[in-house]
Amino acid sequence: MPAVSKGDGMRGLAVFISDIRNCKSKEAEIKRINKELANIRSKFKGDKALDGYSKKKYVCKLLFIFLLGHDIDFGHMEAVNLLSSNKYTEKQIGYLFISVLVNSNSDLIRLINNAIKNDLSSRNPTFMNLALHCIANVGSREMAEAFAADVPRILVAGDTMDSVKQSAALCLLRLNRTSPDLVPMGEWTARVVHLLNDQHLGVVTAATSLITTLAQKNPDDFKTSVSLAVARLSRIVTSASTDLQDYTYYFVAAPWLSVKLLRLLQCYPPPEDAAIRGRLTECLETILNKAQEPPKSKKVQHSNAKNAVLFEAISLIIHHDSEPTLLVRACNQLGQFLQHRETNLRYLALESMCTLASSEFSHEAVKTHIDTVINALKTERDVSVRQRAVDLLYAMCDRSNAKQIVAEMLSYLETADYSIREEIVLKVAILAEKYAVDYTWYVDTILNLIRIAGDYVSEEVWYRVIQIVINRDDVQGYAAKTVFEALQAPACHENLVKVGGYILGEFGNLIAGDPRSSPLVQFNLLHSKFHLCSVPTRALLLSAYIKFINLFPEVKGTIQEVLRSDSQLRNADVELQQRAVEYLRLSCIASTDILATVLEEMPPFPERESSILAKLKRKKGPGTVPDIEENRKERNANVNGGTNHTTTTPNAKVAAAASPDLLGLGSPSPLSSTPPALPPTAASLLIDVFSENSPGAAAAAAAAAAPIAVPAAPVADDNFSSITPESLHVADSILADVQEPTDKFVCKNNGVLYENQLLQIGLKCEYRQSLGRMYVFFGNKTSTQFLSFATSVVCQEPLASQLNVHPKPVDPTVDGGAQLQQIINIECVSDFVEAAVLNIQFRYGGILQNIAVKLPITLNKFFQPTEMISQDFFQRWKQLSAPQQEVQNIFKAKHSMDTEVTKAKIIGFGVALLDGVDPNPSNFVGAGVIHTKTTQVGCLLRLEPNTQAQMYRLTLRTSRDTVSQRLCDLLSDQF
Amino acid sequence: MIGGLFIYNHKGEVLISRVYRDDIGRNAVDAFRVNVIHARQQVRSPVNNIARTSFFHVKRSNIWLAAVTKQNVNAAMVFEFLYKMCDVMTAYFGKISEENIKNNFVLIYELLDEILDFGYPQNSETGALKTFITQQGIKSQHHTKEEQSQITSQVTGQIGWRREGIKYRRNELFLDVLESVNLLMSPQGQVLSAHVSGRVVMKSYLSGMPECKFGMNDKIIIDKQGKGGTTTTDEAGKSDLGGSSGKQAIAIDDCTFHQCVRLSKFDTERSISFIPPDGEYELMRYRTTKDIILPFRVIPLVREVGRTKLEVKVVIKSNFKPSLLAQKIEVRIPTPLNTSGVQVICMKGKAKYKASENAIVWKIKRMAGMKESQISAEIELLPTNDKKKWARPPISMNFEVPFAPSGLKVRYLKVFEPKLNYSDHDVIKWVRYIGRSGIYETRC
Repeated sequence: MPAVSKGDGMRGLAVFISDIRNCKSKEAEIKRINKELANIRSKFKGDKALDGYSKKKYVCKLLFIFLLGHDIDFGHMEAVNLLSSNKYTEKQIGYLFISVLVNSNSDLIRLINNAIKNDLSSRNPTFMNLALHCIANVGSREMAEAFAADVPRILVAGDTMDSVKQSAALCLLRLNRTSPDLVPMGEWTARVVHLLNDQHLGVVTAATSLITTLAQKNPDDFKTSVSLAVARLSRIVTSASTDLQDYTYYFVAAPWLSVKLLRLLQCYPPPEDAAIRGRLTECLETILNKAQEPPKSKKVQHSNAKNAVLFEAISLIIHHDSEPTLLVRACNQLGQFLQHRETNLRYLALESMCTLASSEFSHEAVKTHIDTVINALKTERDVSVRQRAVDLLYAMCDRSNAKQIVAEMLSYLETADYSIREEIVLKVAILAEKYAVDYTWYVDTILNLIRIAGDYVSEEVWYRVIQIVINRDDVQGYAAKTVFEALQAPACHENLVKVGGYILGEFGNLIAGDPRSSPLVQFNLLHSKFHLCSVPTRALLLSAYIKFINLFPEVKGTIQEVLRSDSQLRNADVELQQRAVEYLRLSCIASTDILATVLEEMPPFPERESSILAKLKRKKGPGTVPDIEENRKERNANVNGGTNHTTTTPNAKVAAAASPDLLGLGSPSPLSSTPPALPPTAASLLIDVFSENSPGAAAAAAAAAAPIAVPAAPVADDNFSSITPESLHVADSILADVQEPTDKFVCKNNGVLYENQLLQIGLKCEYRQSLGRMYVFFGNKTSTQFLSFATSVVCQEPLASQLNVHPKPVDPTVDGGAQLQQIINIECVSDFVEAAVLNIQFRYGGILQNIAVKLPITLNKFFQPTEMISQDFFQRWKQLSAPQQEVQNIFKAKHSMDTEVTKAKIIGFGVALLDGVDPNPSNFVGAGVIHTKTTQVGCLLRLEPNTQAQMYRLTLRTSRDTVSQRLCDLLSDQF
Repeated sequence: MIGGLFIYNHKGEVLISRVYRDDIGRNAVDAFRVNVIHARQQVRSPVNNIARTSFFHVKRSNIWLAAVTKQNVNAAMVFEFLYKMCDVMTAYFGKISEENIKNNFVLIYELLDEILDFGYPQNSETGALKTFITQQGIKSQHHTKEEQSQITSQVTGQIGWRREGIKYRRNELFLDVLESVNLLMSPQGQVLSAHVSGRVVMKSYLSGMPECKFGMNDKIIIDKQGKGGTTTTDEAGKSDLGGSSGKQAIAIDDCTFHQCVRLSKFDTERSISFIPPDGEYELMRYRTTKDIILPFRVIPLVREVGRTKLEVKVVIKSNFKPSLLAQKIEVRIPTPLNTSGVQVICMKGKAKYKASENAIVWKIKRMAGMKESQISAEIELLPTNDKKKWARPPISMNFEVPFAPSGLKVRYLKVFEPKLNYSDHDVIKWVRYIGRSGIYETRC
């Protein structure tokens, strides 16, 4: 770069700036600027042409005024003129003004582009550099459009100077970031990769940045870069630091380039070629070795540069996750940093260790540092470092050290910062549950948790304690005893009262034998807390009281007395009042038998994903903690010692008692949308009260299904009394409707099939006779790419012969925010019942995700509607009169009985709706033929609504009994 | 009540800091500096609430006066006090400037102790203050015990603004009617808004405890007297002050009085009677909006010739008695922001393009009534890539005329001193009218 000669110092500019700086007030400054602007305007207006120097000076002044925050609406033309000057300083100022001030929609953009083009094609490297810098600085779409072809050409041209290549690479990177669609991939891409071999390290550094960005988008095109990068890295790492002269920074050889190369390698899996792999391993080892060497300089820059390379190398090792020795070495290196003086290093070490802990190779190695980490938790002065320590403890926890870690976290909780308390509480709750060997320990831990940090214990935590206590017979007595003791503290947290109320209400009888905890003592203890609690807790306590009446008839009088008091019967809160009134009546009227039935002990809850874990996931967002969970589940089934079912079949059921893995990690993947098909028991309904997705429906169902005196529970957390299963089948089918995603596709052909935090699956289908085509759209809802994306369709045995499903192959990557379309061709061979399952597998943030969804291919899709007149219809109806050919179902309406809606549904079902066939106009009659490859099945249907009783009668007659049954099942669910 | 009072220079450095209450900490000083004086955007609101503390400020040239409180105080009272404070300081050491404040800081602290007590405003009457707070601190030794007790009784007594036993050889009083006239006029000459705010300032050098009565051509009084028939006092007033108006009365929209005026009498009889303070004070303030005499008419003519040229012609007409002379006339014609050159031609006065203010300033020293003058200018423009049209700010004007644009006339000012033997006739009275421009603008 030519030095600015002394004569170029612009005196006028310096005077102007010093004037402005000397202004005493804002007003004075504005006056000075106005004066200068007027002067410049008169100069630019002046008829005689200005020389380059004055033009440069005035443009500089304008730029300075603009940077002071004033609007500049002239002078652009003069700046553009400067671009065509031959003097470096004038050109430079022109470009500076353009990149700061010219907005993209300016009229001048054509002139500017022209000037840039001239400079790009000049052979002068400084001018080319200026032009490239300007393109990169402006980076607008117009610029990208104009130069997207030129820049790559310059980059790969053989005769381009090194410094220009460097600028061109960075310029292209910028264009690629702002408008990736405009930068074409072409034959230059192959040659860009070879820039990694360039002599000039500056070019290599710039090129590595570019390639890393490009490789993230098109990994396949740049695969060759891996070997080159490894070669380059090994040359840097093994070189004596003197080789690189300019690129040695405080005795570290090209640290920036090394970091970038390591980043680039993280875009790819470990190299398959053994030689390259060996060389890379050697490099990584060398880097790890160098970390052990004594520092060559005491300067902080030296250690910073060295550590930057080291940490990037460790990230790469973790990313590859294939070399146990390296992983362990990395872990040991990080262990040293855990005790380093530098807070930043300790933070980074803890953070990297978190990821290391999830690898099967290094998990054990990480565990050896437990004492250091616990110490960090206690002594670290920076809260963010302590937070990392908590994360690491959580990540390194397993069965062997769970007790220690949980104890440490509990003791830390007492002094923890308020901002991270809730998270710690959740983590303690999860760990305690996950690694509980004996449940007394678990109960103790959670009660301790509530005692120490009651305010931060979310609802989910205490729901979970109750679920577990209810499900585990062996711990109930102990739990009752413990809560009884805990409640005796003079001040206890409301959550503890809730747990206490629930558990004593259920299992108080187990400790009633002891005179110190006789029924009356228990009741008095609970009632002493009653007045200090909020309304929902009081409601729960009232339910506990009525349960007491059932458990201990001897305290009935006392409890009735309490219920009868004005503060209950006439409570201002409607909920409390209703409960008091109804419980009182129930206890007075009902016989002991009825009481015993109504107030039966709660049935066990079915196993399900821990709601606590769900909460933690929600809190953290995807990608941090849950990843650790998933990771370990995926790779390392036996670390936890729990049985592990990573099956994706939605109907897999887990023997709850067999596995101590309480979190339900083995149960169907939480991402799978189809829930286990539970038998319609009261329990399945009641458990839904606890689940997130349908509390409203469950509460409503409970309300509808409980005509007995048990009050409906609007507070969804203590739906307490067990309700007889018989009264529930109606409510249960509502729930089934909500949860079965394929149901909604029976009468329509497109919609959203499935959605979670990462992925949305949409559907569009077409059917003609026995053939069908389904368009499946996979939408990536995140901003990062899904890698190794693959789908497959599974048809289990009878179905495989009945239905041919051929999915077309799909791209292995789905970009962030992008949508991928897959076509599935379907052929119906014969009639079928089962549903095909679509398995989706992809990597998100390095973690393998599995999703299984039922495809909504149902038999009725292959209907062809048939029009016929009344006479024909009844003739055929009579022909199909064999008893096995007819299926009839009478059912209650689940939706409003709107005629138009019903019509639409019947047409959507696939049959022709026949008007004027049935003598009763309110009935619906339809006819159609199901086409399969082998046969055709004629089908007649009749739907008779009864609006008064809110019932339907559906009659189907087809030539095959299996078809009749299947169609009847499908259609009945729709009304 | 006011918790503290700070005075800053233009850089935000604290010159005076007086804290009256404990709830105002030292950080309040910085809070105001950071959030108001040094605020990124100019703060235009005179009241600012920062961290539950209210700051009321006024600015005099480059000096900021800020009153601070944590309570919910009467903002009008605080501002009244701040203005009073400015008056007092001006009366003691002239112009409020950084230099003067630094030179008089002991005096200012002394004044602040006197006129604010625990945040409650006290007597801020300059005349009274000057008797016991003097710049020559040691001089107070010359006060006799008697004099000192007199000060006490005056300050605590009913008439706090005047001490007893004042004697002048020549009883004299000066009465100034100072008005500022504000106008916004459309290019076609239609008045969009106009009002006059005026002050009656008196300087009295009278002996004893005189009782004064002030009369002017207020419509309500004239109407009242017109009904009740002519009175002798009316005649006397005419002869004394040469007030020629009885025929033209003005409607005063609102007015405020000095504390010496007996408000009860004003309410019942609408007469303004008072025992005046000694020296200079402001007797009343008023505002009128009807029948305003506009001293000047501005007729603008702006013609755009293409994109690069603008022709401006402005005519001003004086609209008062030809015998009177207006002074210090200044017309300010705004120019577009892309002006690159200006040529001006004017018959009278001097005109100049001031680039730093983006305006042509035309100055005329003197102009008699019923005259007309004209300026024409050619403005060259630089084409810009901004499509925005020039907003055409109004042409503004400054002047001074020797009459009251509201039409107010002093009818009489009578002085009675029953104890001493001088009568109304012995008092020499001087009356002066000055009309100045406030915001006097014409759109173009």
